[in-house]
Amino acid sequence: METAVALLQNISGGILIGGVYALVGTGLSLIFGVMRVINFAHGEFLAVGMYLALVGHAAFGLEPYLAMLLVAPLGFFVAFSIERLVLSRLVDSPEQSTLLATLGLALILSNALLLLFGAEPKTMYVSYATATVNLGRVTLSIPLLLAGFVATMIILALYLFLTKTEPGRAVRATAENRLGAELVGINTLAVHSVVFGLGSLIAMAAGFVLMPLLFAIPTVGAGFTLKAFVVTVLGGMGSISGAIGGGLVLGLAEVLGASYLSTGYRDAYGLIAFLAVLLLRPEGLFGRTIKRV
Amino acid sequence: MTAPKAKPILEVDRLDLGYGELQVVFEVSLEVARGELVGLVGGNGSGKSTVLRAISGMITPWSGEIGFDGLKVNGLKPHQMTRLGMAHVPMGRQLFPNLTVEENLSLGAYLRRARHNRSRNLERVFELFPDLVSKRRQPAGSLSGGQQQMLAIARALMLDPKMLIMDEPSLGLAPFLVKEAMQVVRRVADMGLPILLVEQNVRQVLLVSDRAYVLENGRLVIDGPSVDLMDNPLVKKAYLGL
Ligand SMILES: Nc1ncnc2c1ncn2[C@@H]1O[C@H](COP(=O)(O)OP(=O)(O)OP(=O)(O)O)[C@@H](O)[C@H]1O
Ligand SMILES: [Mg+2]
Repeated sequence: METAVALLQNISGGILIGGVYALVGTGLSLIFGVMRVINFAHGEFLAVGMYLALVGHAAFGLEPYLAMLLVAPLGFFVAFSIERLVLSRLVDSPEQSTLLATLGLALILSNALLLLFGAEPKTMYVSYATATVNLGRVTLSIPLLLAGFVATMIILALYLFLTKTEPGRAVRATAENRLGAELVGINTLAVHSVVFGLGSLIAMAAGFVLMPLLFAIPTVGAGFTLKAFVVTVLGGMGSISGAIGGGLVLGLAEVLGASYLSTGYRDAYGLIAFLAVLLLRPEGLFGRTIKRV
Repeated sequence: MTAPKAKPILEVDRLDLGYGELQVVFEVSLEVARGELVGLVGGNGSGKSTVLRAISGMITPWSGEIGFDGLKVNGLKPHQMTRLGMAHVPMGRQLFPNLTVEENLSLGAYLRRARHNRSRNLERVFELFPDLVSKRRQPAGSLSGGQQQMLAIARALMLDPKMLIMDEPSLGLAPFLVKEAMQVVRRVADMGLPILLVEQNVRQVLLVSDRAYVLENGRLVIDGPSVDLMDNPLVKKAYLGL
């Protein structure tokens, strides 16, 4: 009985953190799917989100979720401008140029954080930091529940944007066939900038929802870039449903591994699941071969 | 030469074009009058697609001038040409394979100039291509080659374009479908839309077009009314296998 409750407890925790991983992966996947750019700075945008949440809380006493709404336009604009200034110049150049550019961007961002905030870990105390709810005999932490819920809502909003709106359709068209999109009149370079802005904003949002759960250090981003890669490759590059599946697998692997094997290797279990999937299903758990006309 | 009376919708003046260091088109001049269906024909690698790419903004001319609807349009991007009312049915169709037929068509009317007429134009293209009606909710990638070609033309018409340029609409189609595709092109032209049609299939183009230009190794060698070209000994020998 106790073991069954513990298992349920672990599964719920894995699903909730998996939802946040799915969010991080969705942002990376969106950028890759549309721009064919592998964004090595993705985790750094998440780190920037964490520090923005910190600043909002420390300086203005803002709830991270409220701060997220207030800062979102700024975050979007910064990422949008970075795309305009750097990546858009590389649009027709070989893949390694954009790869190096995003690597450079990652270095600049993490060092900027180091310069501004120092190397020591920073935490944020919210009033509900240790609050929990009980569902039957399963106890869930409120910050984790909120994080999983908000992550799900953001993914849902992105899905509705892509499938139900005119600009969303233009994004999907650009992802499928950039020349075809140009020929129907879509400014695909502008789409690229918007997509990079949105994808990076999604990473920042993940930073906001994680801040009450983790501590921030300037180098926290690199680990999340890796997690985002694991999520998207697990699910198959370039699809939202794939990122959701990949995120859940990663979250569950980490939580279950940590509680049944050894806590110390938490980050390794995700990578093990990742290698296993790559060996058995190189196209990803939910991937399909991309159709081209 | 039959000189068109009104000012042509498309005027191309002494274009030089190439890729990297390599020049592949030399001093090509041509024009399309309003309401005209004009063919641009020639063998493999003669430079037809290159000329179309320059007209639709995919490549920038080395020199020469492109005038469209009274504007000088050298160096504009493809989406800017589309905004001006030039619809391009490109080689390989360039559809959105995982989007539905209807989404592909809707995207054809993405621009503001076409958006408010979207439902009217949708009805119109479904009348012109009745085969597409029953497929409207299927992904474009699931259609047959012939249907995909119809969809590519239909998507271009959704723009309410002022002019249509087409690159090898017959490519990859079975012979009986090629004839049908050409008839469709003719019908669209009869609706009053000027068309520049690029094809390797010289006979089929000459059968449906009003005038035609023949390109060889990047240079124009013959042009005139299509009925005359049909009887031209050079054309007969080189392209019609007679
Ligand atoms: N992207 C490119 N880069 C370099 N050279 C090219 C490119 N596209 C075409 N060429 C060269 O330019 C010349 C003209 O090609 P183009 O595609 O315009 O011919 P075409 O008349 O359309 O031929 P086809 O009937 O085979 O379509 C050819 O020699 C071709 O090899
Ligand atoms: Mg060609």
